[in-house]
Amino acid sequence: MKWLETANLRTVRLAEIPNWDLEELAHQTVARVNGGGRLLLFFGEETREGVFVYSLVADDNQSKIFVASSRVTRGMSYKSMTPDIPSAHLFERELFEEFGVEPKGHPWLKPVRYGIPGVNEREDQYEFFSVKGDEAHEVGVGPIHAGVIEPGHFRFSCHGEKIYQLEIKLGFQHRGVQELFIREPFSTIYLEKLAESVAGDTVIGHAGGFARAFESLSGTQVPERAKVIRTIALELERVAIHLGDLSAISGDVAYLTGNSVFGALRTKVINTTMAICGNRFGRGLMKLGGVGFDVTPVLRDKITALVDDLEEDVSLAAEVLFSSSSVLERLEETGVVTKEAARDIGMVGPAARASGVAVDVRSDHPFDGFVLMPVHKLTLPGGDVFARAYIRYIEIQQSFRLIREQLASLSPGGIRSELKGPHPGIFVVSLTEGWRGEIAHAVITDEAGKIRKVKVKDPSFNNWFGLSLAVREEGISDFPLCNKSFNLSYCGFDL
Amino acid sequence: MLELLRLRKRHGSQAIPDIVKAELMETHRGFPEINESRFSGNLDELTAICPTGAIGTRPLSIDMGKCIFCGECEIQSAGAIRFTNRHKTASTRRDDLVVPSGLAYEEFGAKAIEAAGGIRKILGRSLKLRQVSAGGCNGCEMELNACSNVNFDMGRFGIDFVASPRHADGIVITGPITGNMAPALSDAYKSVSDPKIVVAVGACAISGGVFAESKHLNRTFVGEVQVDLFVPGCPPHPLTFINAILDFLKRR
Repeated sequence: MKWLETANLRTVRLAEIPNWDLEELAHQTVARVNGGGRLLLFFGEETREGVFVYSLVADDNQSKIFVASSRVTRGMSYKSMTPDIPSAHLFERELFEEFGVEPKGHPWLKPVRYGIPGVNEREDQYEFFSVKGDEAHEVGVGPIHAGVIEPGHFRFSCHGEKIYQLEIKLGFQHRGVQELFIREPFSTIYLEKLAESVAGDTVIGHAGGFARAFESLSGTQVPERAKVIRTIALELERVAIHLGDLSAISGDVAYLTGNSVFGALRTKVINTTMAICGNRFGRGLMKLGGVGFDVTPVLRDKITALVDDLEEDVSLAAEVLFSSSSVLERLEETGVVTKEAARDIGMVGPAARASGVAVDVRSDHPFDGFVLMPVHKLTLPGGDVFARAYIRYIEIQQSFRLIREQLASLSPGGIRSELKGPHPGIFVVSLTEGWRGEIAHAVITDEAGKIRKVKVKDPSFNNWFGLSLAVREEGISDFPLCNKSFNLSYCGFDL
Repeated sequence: MLELLRLRKRHGSQAIPDIVKAELMETHRGFPEINESRFSGNLDELTAICPTGAIGTRPLSIDMGKCIFCGECEIQSAGAIRFTNRHKTASTRRDDLVVPSGLAYEEFGAKAIEAAGGIRKILGRSLKLRQVSAGGCNGCEMELNACSNVNFDMGRFGIDFVASPRHADGIVITGPITGNMAPALSDAYKSVSDPKIVVAVGACAISGGVFAESKHLNRTFVGEVQVDLFVPGCPPHPLTFINAILDFLKRR
């Protein structure tokens, strides 16, 4: 059984993708993941000829992606992959929810976003795990949380103050993003704006990822200058959110100086993004075919000054933060996710790297400015809240260096190419290392060259279960801190 | 300890001294000023490019309740539509968010917000709000959080976001209101004691925004309750939100 080999942003003809029966696809996927691959995507698409299931496994060391498919019908079942490869657990649940294709033997075949029509589509039909016994109790939090936060429900099974198990029920933010990507009439401007709103804290990440997918499908060559500007914007986004997270983590351990200082530094970054494109989160910057705003010499100086200024501020603030014993006491050995667990459940991004799993799309499957500029993968061994906080600090420093290098390579030229229409009958996957980790956009065109499917995967889809593992055996009062150290997206998950 | 002092000194004071008079940088896309006489192209083509259908004709207008301030129409209309950097775009009346050709910012601002005299009498100078994200993409949520940071420091006016609707004088909605969040939103609203206010923040909460055509929304709530204050934007800048609340409470 031979998989089709492809790579990030390399299009393949749909007709070339091998088609196996579903049992075989699942079996081969398990074999490839057990052989060192990483499950990238496993999703379905409804067509006139039935439901097609696509499996994508990445070989990160070789920058390769392997793809195969299966044509199935609703109501079909197959042997679940999850007992062998836990990273498949949500993909299988999603496939079951959307197309009724049942993975037999799945340990927790629960709804992902909206439930199965007729089975558990109403919220009160959702069955939580429960605990029984002396001093055992359950705590329910959400969907509305204490602060200005997106909605989700957390159900803690506790023994006294200790958490046995955390079950996370999401779906409250489900607004049909993937369906809207293929709505009529087709409009490139609408697609750009929709991609920006997949997760409003990852505007550059998602809008850039979708733009690269579309450009690959249409064979549009993006000017080098635009690629550099995109890369700078992506790193600015990473710096801004990481600073915000350090502020929030400081706040959660009642270290108010850190809370204020990192918060104020973040403001400087997003205000610089606003100076470039008129929006603090980078809305309007990413266009299909390039970027909407140029980095003029004035802006270039402004970004350079920001980086120079911030570098000193951040290192001073971080040194004070990470040398305070009362802060370290709360961060260290709290919410540990082991390397094995992180790898098995398929965690990505800084959270995975803080557990020692070396995955970074910028290095493994490079795009835009990273193609010519190697990014060293930063990892830490601890897997605790400290590691997830500290990795943000060293990633910020790394981003400063990347931004400087990109600014230096800003060559004269246009910022936007004329956009062509997508080619018919092709498939592409676009991977992006957003600040939270790996963003995937798989896009398929029909025989007329129209986009017929957009599958979006936010890194939160990989990482929410990591939070569940992190809080096991911890005191329930450490949950907010663990949660902040992941800072996952609800809307990016719910779509 | 010395490092901490050095950090404090470097940090200094970051608060914007005068929230009411503060202005935003030139690049900000705020209140749109429209001069239809300068438009010579095809109106249908212009309205078609708007991702949220915010552009109206006869006269040429922009509905700020739908607008995501992306600025695409400014480029397409060759300057007939121009997004100024003026940020006080909120209104107490939904209809007033529709900005017709010829309406100047000052003229809009003069009557956009009708101060709530009654609420002020009952609640005094303080206002506590319960925020409910109902499908929001976290853009509006981040800007609302920023309202309370050291730069904007909304708390200086006695305005805060609180954890319980029981402690709140009103609710602030973000997001297009998904079907899955509609019951929780309704519960939160009912849990706030009277008199209470409802503030809709962002294009999604006001009109559905880029998600308006999704079949997974349930917007019956906005038809059932009275929305007291509409704060446009995608997302609205913290200064837009804070000034809207101050104007509403007649606090300037």
